[in-house]
Amino acid sequence: MTLTDTPPARVPTAVGKPILEARGVTMRFGGLTAVKDVDMTVNEGEIVGLIGPNGAGKTTFFNCLTGLYKPTEGQVTLSGDVLPPKPRAVVVAGMARTFQNIRLFANMTALENVMVGRYCRTSSMALTSILRGPKFRREEEATRARAQELLDFVGLGGSTESLARNMPYGDQRRLEIARALATDPKLILLDEPTAGMNPQETKQASDLIFRIRDSGLAVVVIEHDMRFIFNLCDRVLCLVRGEVLVEGTPGEVQSDPRVIEAYIGGGDDDDEDEGPATTKETL
Amino acid sequence: MSTSTTDLTHGHDDDAVKVPLLERIPGRGSAAAWPLGLAGVLILVGGTFLSWSYTSDVLGDLSVDFYPNGVQICMIALGVAALLFLLAHRGPLHRFGEWLDTAAAVRVLGLGAVAYMVITLGIIAYQSGGLVNINPGGWISLLGALLLAASGLMLVSRQHRDPLFAKTSSWLEISTIVVLMALVLFGAAYALDIGDGGSFLLFLLFVSAVALALTRAGAFTWVGLIAQKNRPVLMLGAFAVAFLFPFTQGGSDENMSIATQVLIFAATALGLNIVVGLAGLLDLGYIAFLGAGAYVGAVLSASAFATIDWKPPFIVVVLVGALFSAMLGLIIGSPTLRVSGDYLAIVTLAFGEIFRFTMGNLDGSNGPDITNGPNGIPAIPDLAIGSFDFGQPHTIAGITLGRFANYYFLLLLIAAIIILVFTRLNNSRIGRGWVAIREDEKAAEAMGVNVFGLKLFAFAGGAFLAGMAGTVKAHHDVSVTPDQYIFLESAFLLAAIVLGGMGTVAGVIVGATILKLLPEKLRFIADYRLLIFGLVLVLMMRFRPEGLIASHRRKLEFHEDDEELAQRIEAVHLEETEVKA
Repeated sequence: MTLTDTPPARVPTAVGKPILEARGVTMRFGGLTAVKDVDMTVNEGEIVGLIGPNGAGKTTFFNCLTGLYKPTEGQVTLSGDVLPPKPRAVVVAGMARTFQNIRLFANMTALENVMVGRYCRTSSMALTSILRGPKFRREEEATRARAQELLDFVGLGGSTESLARNMPYGDQRRLEIARALATDPKLILLDEPTAGMNPQETKQASDLIFRIRDSGLAVVVIEHDMRFIFNLCDRVLCLVRGEVLVEGTPGEVQSDPRVIEAYIGGGDDDDEDEGPATTKETL
Repeated sequence: MSTSTTDLTHGHDDDAVKVPLLERIPGRGSAAAWPLGLAGVLILVGGTFLSWSYTSDVLGDLSVDFYPNGVQICMIALGVAALLFLLAHRGPLHRFGEWLDTAAAVRVLGLGAVAYMVITLGIIAYQSGGLVNINPGGWISLLGALLLAASGLMLVSRQHRDPLFAKTSSWLEISTIVVLMALVLFGAAYALDIGDGGSFLLFLLFVSAVALALTRAGAFTWVGLIAQKNRPVLMLGAFAVAFLFPFTQGGSDENMSIATQVLIFAATALGLNIVVGLAGLLDLGYIAFLGAGAYVGAVLSASAFATIDWKPPFIVVVLVGALFSAMLGLIIGSPTLRVSGDYLAIVTLAFGEIFRFTMGNLDGSNGPDITNGPNGIPAIPDLAIGSFDFGQPHTIAGITLGRFANYYFLLLLIAAIIILVFTRLNNSRIGRGWVAIREDEKAAEAMGVNVFGLKLFAFAGGAFLAGMAGTVKAHHDVSVTPDQYIFLESAFLLAAIVLGGMGTVAGVIVGATILKLLPEKLRFIADYRLLIFGLVLVLMMRFRPEGLIASHRRKLEFHEDDEELAQRIEAVHLEETEVKA
């Protein structure tokens, strides 16, 4: 196969100890097994990619990790602690996510969206808020400053007071990342961060993900854009029909005949805009 | 049209459809429009100085030449307003006209004047038996109104600048606020003094016409902006107006009793607005929390029928009542707030009824004797805090303040506390959490917002505030019975919020005032008030679902697909952040 036009995969950078460990995660909906016995380990400072054809169970697996679904079997540990299947507990433990179909708070400004992300790391309660003591003002100031900092970080420093619903699509994706980062995660899960983006925006997105990694976070990315994921990730898991088909470095995965077969065999032969079917899939 | 879209115009701009229709009217844009308007104003005002009616017993007394009464003075005021807009359109006030859609304002005022005159003459003809009883003055004013309306329809809206970006000096802004506040105080006192329903209705029409004209002209965009900018002045002014109101009543208890009822209703609606407007929870049994507070207030009062012997000072009673209500809120909220909206509405509806039946049954034969059953607890004595007896009139600066005025001040304090809680919670971490929950509950949860905790807090907090108001209400009402706390009352509270505007303080106060004051003043519609309110709510849902004075956010929520509105609100928001900084 002509996979040579993809640039060589990145050499894994200094990999730390495991931060997220999913063991035997299985999710059944009635008779359908959407995710079957999936193991995944993410190490500190690592970018892990999750690929697979449509309906392979990638997003379902994400939902199991983040507590939106309670896995039928298996367990997820973050830094050695077992995560309860409750979204809030997962965020508090240090794992944040974005959504495949953007779920911003549309009628709030960009800044307010990110400030909501700070909710679980701040503690002003009713009486503090009503009496407006020094603690309240200090915390509110800090929340605002941190939110602005994160907006600057993702490149939205100029759109602070824009309504989320008025922002361009690419900016909304970045805002969602900023909101997730505001929860001070150790690990961030990105569900199709480049869906619907043009090549230039995709480039910006991958730069952003590298910067997130460089700031000390581990990243897990679901993507369909193969070139994007092979350039980005230290390690890639290919999920097919709810099971891990291959796991390895981008080089190993993209040359694995089973991966190629899973994609071509899936009949997803539409939408190729450049290169052979296996190099860039936009499903 | 984008420049003339203002806060109070409908989000979907239907003017775009209307303009071609108006274009077809002959003479539109003709040079005669402006002089015609001036002539209209002169004739309209001139007519008010002549008698309108042959008989002297209709709408006060309209039968005296050169002595305009209230109904006629309204027309003079409207004429002056139209004159100002005409002069701003072309003339010495041109500088202001640059910022306003003066033609639209003249159009609204003209049409309003026509409606006003037609209704007035109709009432005269109907009540005194025929058109023959209308004196020339009435016809002259009607002619003036028609000319003014024609002029308004012929005037063409000029391109004008957006009042949002008008840079005004702070003395102008503050004096505008002061004048507006004074007008509110004067208008409220005047409206309460109107004796007959017809005059009251006409006054209402007059106020609506002027308000709509200012809205159409775009003046409220600017007013909204300066209100944001000078918030402390505005709050201070509003409380000064509310505080001064009893002093305009000359010791009469008649209007003050209405005012206290409005205040109790408004304070309770403000508490409910935390639950409905901020947290987005539909509570159909809120009146039960007011009732719980009232029962605590009654049972712990010095009434001979009170069943509990503990007589703590009133401040303790307030706290006990509030805490008891909050506890009920927690009990009812903790199992039900985990489920989605509709279930909560049903459970709270049932809770309201359960509360009423329970209070009706705790009479000694079905359970412990706490509430005296359906008879309630009568003869609750007036409050006495220190040496201040709320039952006795007091004289301050030569003005006597009666029993209701005393309660009015106490209720004003309670309302102030509720407003403080409302606004401060709204602009805090908790308030942001509530907005996030309203926007997307799942995403909020996934971003670490304590959804259940915040909902329960809103529910119990709202109950706490209602309980507080309830303890005062017990003393104000003298007796507490179960049938004061029926479902209809909860529905009215909700209607006040929907009508006034979800999530704003001013909106709820306006809504509560309208809902409480109208039935008091328009006794002749008392039988149909449910029908009329129902109709009004249906119309509101169709044309202005966010309420009369809505918060930006709520407006956006009700117009999910309106891109233009979203852009406009963002511009307003940016300007507000800028002027505040």
